[in-house]
Amino acid sequence: MSAESHEIHHDGDHETMSRKRIWQVAGILTVITCIEFFIALVCVPKGILPIQYANPVYIVLTLLKAFYIVAYFMHLKFEKMGLILSIAIPVIFIIGLILVLTNESHHWVDLR
Amino acid sequence: MSTTVSQIDEVKTSPWSGGRSPFNVEYGKIMMWFFLLSDAFTFSSLLIAYGSLRFSASVWPGADKVFQSVPGLVDHGAPLVFVGLMTFILIASSVTMVLAVEAGHRNAKKEVVGWMIATVIGGFMFLGCQALEWGHLHHEGFWWGSVPPAEELKKLFTGGTEAVQHMTSQEFANLFFTITGFHGFHVFTGVIINIIITVNVLMGTYEKRGSYLMVEKVGLYWHFVDLVWVFVFTFFYLV
Repeated sequence: MSAESHEIHHDGDHETMSRKRIWQVAGILTVITCIEFFIALVCVPKGILPIQYANPVYIVLTLLKAFYIVAYFMHLKFEKMGLILSIAIPVIFIIGLILVLTNESHHWVDLR
Repeated sequence: MSTTVSQIDEVKTSPWSGGRSPFNVEYGKIMMWFFLLSDAFTFSSLLIAYGSLRFSASVWPGADKVFQSVPGLVDHGAPLVFVGLMTFILIASSVTMVLAVEAGHRNAKKEVVGWMIATVIGGFMFLGCQALEWGHLHHEGFWWGSVPPAEELKKLFTGGTEAVQHMTSQEFANLFFTITGFHGFHVFTGVIINIIITVNVLMGTYEKRGSYLMVEKVGLYWHFVDLVWVFVFTFFYLV
């Protein structure tokens, strides 16, 4: 077991997270969060950006943060393509549920 | 007899021909990934249920009006400040976790211990903040199955009749406590698991084993908790 796991480690050693990369990604996550706060605390209250346009921006920034966490912190970007796909493809089901329930919720409006 | 083998008898060496790990990842780590995928489905179901209920409501309590206190410091007029602090605490503890994993790759036991302790402290700070946040909302009258009186609710809305305000506030309260509670429970279990792993590191379990792979596996779980918070934060506090 220990010999096997050692071998696994050795394979991925050349392309892993260096300390510099970790701080870079941490910086990116912090900057994105600050942008979200700036939009929520300055742009929306002062009417620079109406809330219906701010919401898609929030969602894009959130997905960007999610990408950085999964790809770098969770190391998925450096795994074998097979593992990446077997984690990424099932996310289709989540997108499917979003489409189904947002569509459904438009009909609930009349029922309330 | 010919020494060449027919094509069908040849030993296959492709990644999926058996005899090796096709993903080049240890079994437990793959299982952690698939557990997290199933957990992602659970959290998505909760968040999508929240989204569709909110879409179908004509009015909804404004996040900047509900969450505008810093418990113990400011009671009003500081929207998002406290949850901002919570978000940065959780991101910071994710960074210390990934630094612990990185130290584990170098078999630097002392550094792993240091970063793991920092991660545990971050987790406890987040849980403390969440307890204060829940306490504040509960004090205002929000809970599963209860909302503040009508004249208080009026301040959280722009428009809507009293009955509609009561109904959507109740939906908001139930969803908020359920979803942040479920996330908080994940943070709590994450902290417990991190403590167990830290103790194991201190006892030299992984030093003897020759690899700090267990630190990576709990790291995956801890980053997932951070990932979920990114979504909870956006959909409860910003949108």
